[in-house]
Amino acid sequence: MAYEFATIYWRDMLRFVRFRIALVASLIQPALWMALYGAAMSSNFSRLGSGMVVPVGAVTVSYLTFMGAGVIALTTLFTSLFGGITLLFDKNWGLMRELLASPMPRNHIIVGIGLSGVTKSFIQVMVIMGFGLVIGVRFFWGYTLLQTVGAILGVLLFVGIFSLGFLFLSSAISMSMETPEGLQAVITLLTLPLFFASNALYPIDAFPGPVRILSQFNPMTHLVNGVRYFAIGNDFYAIGTHYVYTTNDLLLSLLVLMAFAAVMFLVARRVFKKAVVT
Amino acid sequence: MSANIIEVKNLEYKYGDFKAVDGVSFFVREGEIFSFLGPNGAGKSTVINILTTLLPVQKGTAFVAGYDLAREPQEVRKSIGIVFQDETLDRDLTVWESLELHGRIYSMPKDERRQRIDEIIKLVELEDKRDVRTRNLSGGMKRRLEIGRGLMTRPKVLFLDEPTIGLDTQTRRRMWDYIKMVNESGTTIFLTTHYMDEADLVSNWIDIVDHGKIIASGNPTDLKDALGRDMIYLQTSDDEATKNMLQGFKAVMDVKATTQGLVVTINTDGTHCLPLIMNRLKEKGIEIVSVNLKKPTLDDVFVHHTGRDIRNAGAEKLHRIQPRGGK
Repeated sequence: MAYEFATIYWRDMLRFVRFRIALVASLIQPALWMALYGAAMSSNFSRLGSGMVVPVGAVTVSYLTFMGAGVIALTTLFTSLFGGITLLFDKNWGLMRELLASPMPRNHIIVGIGLSGVTKSFIQVMVIMGFGLVIGVRFFWGYTLLQTVGAILGVLLFVGIFSLGFLFLSSAISMSMETPEGLQAVITLLTLPLFFASNALYPIDAFPGPVRILSQFNPMTHLVNGVRYFAIGNDFYAIGTHYVYTTNDLLLSLLVLMAFAAVMFLVARRVFKKAVVT
Repeated sequence: MSANIIEVKNLEYKYGDFKAVDGVSFFVREGEIFSFLGPNGAGKSTVINILTTLLPVQKGTAFVAGYDLAREPQEVRKSIGIVFQDETLDRDLTVWESLELHGRIYSMPKDERRQRIDEIIKLVELEDKRDVRTRNLSGGMKRRLEIGRGLMTRPKVLFLDEPTIGLDTQTRRRMWDYIKMVNESGTTIFLTTHYMDEADLVSNWIDIVDHGKIIASGNPTDLKDALGRDMIYLQTSDDEATKNMLQGFKAVMDVKATTQGLVVTINTDGTHCLPLIMNRLKEKGIEIVSVNLKKPTLDDVFVHHTGRDIRNAGAEKLHRIQPRGGK
């Protein structure tokens, strides 16, 4: 009893491995991002930042390493926001009535889709980190093996909670939408501001006031904080900015992500409760 | 509770201002095959959706398998199987996986589930399609799979919403064989269909619904007999004279001249009445070219009560005859 969400998870993962093209594309896309955008911007920023005075003994990280965390966040955002789309297809062309008419509580659909989406994000993030290390991203630099394992778990913790929040949101949107076109439009609309009003690609200190405030409420910013803390360190210089993360900063970011995920779960639960599919 | 497995009283359902179901009351006895018929837009689907918990009970009461739909939808869900009108399969899962998914969301324990899956696959004769994705099954196989799936949890009531739509005649016959077999093993069948001949053949009881209300109720034979009329189709050497003569018969209710001869409606049993008519025609020297006696069908019952032919219901504009091969 009460493990039905595992069934939803099982089914979604079956489809994931069955659609080889989608699977491969989802792994190539972040790699391309890093290889092209990362390499291009990296050389530019390195030139601009070369005049920067860095205190002796401070850790300086390359732009590629800096934005590596951003690519992890971006990929997770994309995958998660689209993670609920299968519900819309189920609703329009298939299985949703079978699911809704079954004795399984509807929360299980939300949780099952959430967990399978998190699994997909984990796979992607591991691939990105591996690929990043190959092309020169200095993640986990100077860590012992144990520290590296700990750091990876830390990254996955942040990715997982962030991912859940957006998967719940995605499920809620998918369930209330009628057409894939509408869903696509809404998700695209959400993605851009979330991505650009964050610290994924550049420091937020130089943002104009309102955007800076906005970015501080952006879950993306908090995910990137967490990833940088674990993968790069708590005190480093990048593109002319000094980054220091205290334990409190880290906990705050974690709390923000948890609160976000919790609120999104409630939203999704409400949508599912009211959903009528006939 | 009596032996009624479904009891609906004064059920109402509104979509905004539109009353789709307007105080419907009916019941289904345990173990029967019950047909719920009506033209498109009559409120059929709304009633089915309410009974299968996909729509809430707004007004009135409904009990399924002894559970109040408004208060215990969860229990109702455990007691029923549903074959939806539209396909509800995941096209990328195999036959076995589709059944496994179903068993798991209905919380069937693993051993029982696996055993039932094997039985069901055998029952619906999909043994050699076990590991084939449902997108590669024919329409008939998919339907069989869905019916099998609906039976997996051994439901007390199986709802079949247009189970044979879009299937060829042979497949439809086999489908009915399954359904009757299932019914004989004790499952009550709640059926909607557009095929009157099928409803006539399999139902123990029929309710006809239109404009959100039940307008006729009975077993198929009684419903047909209640129309109290047989039709005789006659072609003679002199239709005009025949018509005049027939109008003198007491049993004749109506004579209509058509391009294909006369259509005579009589209010007694045609098998006895027809020889009398033929003898009389011979006496008068009128030659009979062709004769046909038609007992009322469920189609006639349906048209009589709804004023519409079920296949054309809601599509009156299509009555225009189209040239053969034309688009």
